[in-house]
Amino acid sequence: MFVLSGYEYLLGFILVVSTVPVLALTASKLLRPSGRDPETRTTYESGMEPKGGAWIQFNIRYYMFALVFVIFDVETVFLYPWAVAFHRLGLLGFVEALIFIAILIVGLVYAWRKGALEWS
Amino acid sequence: MTPGIDLQQRFIETLRDLGLPQGVAKVAWLPLPMILIIIGATLGVLVTVWLERKISAAAQQRIGPEFAGPLGILQAVADGLKLVFKADIVPAKADPWLFTLAPVIVVFPAFLSYLIVPFGQNLLISNVGIGIFLWISLSSIAPIGLMMAGYSSNNKYSLLGGLRAVAQSISYEVPLALAVLAVVMMSNSLSTIDIVEQQSGYGILGWNVWRQPIGLILFWIAALAETERLPFDLPEAEEELVAGYQTEYSGMKFGLFYVASYVNLVLSALLASILYFGGWDFPIPLTVVSGWLSINETGPIFQIVVASLGITMTLLKAYFFVFLAILLRWTVPRVRIDQLLDLGWKFLLPIGLVNLLLTAGLKLAFPFAFGG
Repeated sequence: MFVLSGYEYLLGFILVVSTVPVLALTASKLLRPSGRDPETRTTYESGMEPKGGAWIQFNIRYYMFALVFVIFDVETVFLYPWAVAFHRLGLLGFVEALIFIAILIVGLVYAWRKGALEWS
Repeated sequence: MTPGIDLQQRFIETLRDLGLPQGVAKVAWLPLPMILIIIGATLGVLVTVWLERKISAAAQQRIGPEFAGPLGILQAVADGLKLVFKADIVPAKADPWLFTLAPVIVVFPAFLSYLIVPFGQNLLISNVGIGIFLWISLSSIAPIGLMMAGYSSNNKYSLLGGLRAVAQSISYEVPLALAVLAVVMMSNSLSTIDIVEQQSGYGILGWNVWRQPIGLILFWIAALAETERLPFDLPEAEEELVAGYQTEYSGMKFGLFYVASYVNLVLSALLASILYFGGWDFPIPLTVVSGWLSINETGPIFQIVVASLGITMTLLKAYFFVFLAILLRWTVPRVRIDQLLDLGWKFLLPIGLVNLLLTAGLKLAFPFAFGG
C-alpha cells in the first residue's frame, strides 16, 4: 500500500492542520463586525499621513545573508545522512567529513573577510 | 525495556471485537491522535500565555491576571475569544491575498511539527523515518510567511520587521540544525523515538545533556531566536518598529501569528527536553523502581501509570524550558540586529561545527559512551 510506512499519517495530519487556520478565520468572519469607515483602512505610520509606499527596493545586505544561508543550509542537509550512518563509516568517514567541513569553513572565512556578514 | 502502552493496537482490536473489519478500524483510528494533539497544542498555548503573564508579573512584583477564573487561569481564553470578535482590518494599500495567506503559512508548520513529538514509546502520531529532520525542514517554511506578511502590508515598519524576521530565522536555522545533528549522530537515527531510547536505561545519567552541554546551549539560543523570543525579538521590537511585520494585523489574523509564536515556543521546549533531557524517561531508571516495589512490569495498570507518568515527565521538562524562556525575557536586554547576526554567524555557527566534529571524534574514541 504505502512504500514509506508512517507517512500516511503525515498526509492526514496536513489535512487536519489545514483546517485549523481555516476554521479560525471562518469563525471570526461569521462573528466579527463589518462595514468600517475607510479611515481605518489607511496604512499605520505613527499617526502621520503615510508618505509613499513600502514596495520599494531594499538593501542588498539581506540578499547576502540569504546567499550565505543557502550554502550552509545545503551543507547541513548533506551532513545529515553522514551523521546517521557515522557508526558504520569509522575513521574514513570522519576524515572525509573533516575535508568537507574544512572547505566550507574556507568559504565562511572568505564571506567573513569580504564583509558579507556585516550588517552596516 | 517493556514496549509500553500501544493505544492503536488496543483500539483496533476493540473495534474488531465489535465486528468491524480491520481496514475500517484502522481508518477510524487515523484522525484520533491528530485531533488530540491539536487540542493539546492549543491548550498548551493557553497555559503558556497564562504562565507568561503570571511569571512576568512576578518578575516585576505585580499580581498579573486575577479576575478571570481562579488565579486568572481563564485570562488567555478571554483574550482569544476577544480576538475572534475583533474587526478584520486590511489596509487599503495592502495586497489582500498575501495579507491573508501569511498568517496561515506561519501557523501551519508550527502545528504540523507536532507530528514527531513523542510523549511515550507509542504515544506519538507517527514515527516517520526522517523524524527530527521533518521539524528542521518545516521550520524553514515559516520565514516565507513572515516575509509575505511584511511585504504585503505595504507598511514601512512591516517591511523592515519582515526582512529582519527572515534574516534572523535563516541565520539561526544553521546552528540549530548543527546542534540537532550532533544528537542525531549519537543515536544513529533521525527518529525522535530512537533518540529518547538511546538516552534511556541509566536514568538521569544517561541523558544527552551530559554528553552535549555545548549542543544544548547552542540549541536553546538558536531556538529562542527562531521563535523570536526576547532577547531576540527584533522583528517586533516595539520601541523601533511598532510591532514589526504584525503592525497592520488585527483580529484573528493577528491571533494566528500569536498562537504560532507560542506553539513554536512550546514545541522548541518539548524538543529540547526530548533531544537533551530524555523525553519521557524518568530520572531514576524504571526497572530499578519496579524492582524496589516488586511490581510486575507487564501488568496493565502498571503500563497505564507508566504512560501517564511519561507524559507528565515530558511536559514537566518542557515547561521547565518554557519557564526559562519567560525568565530570560525579563533578565536579558534585547540585542541589536548587527549583534544578533554576528552572534549567529560568527559565534554559533563555528561553535556548532566544532561541536559536531568533537562529537564525531569522541564517538570514534569512545564508541560505547556515544551511542556505538
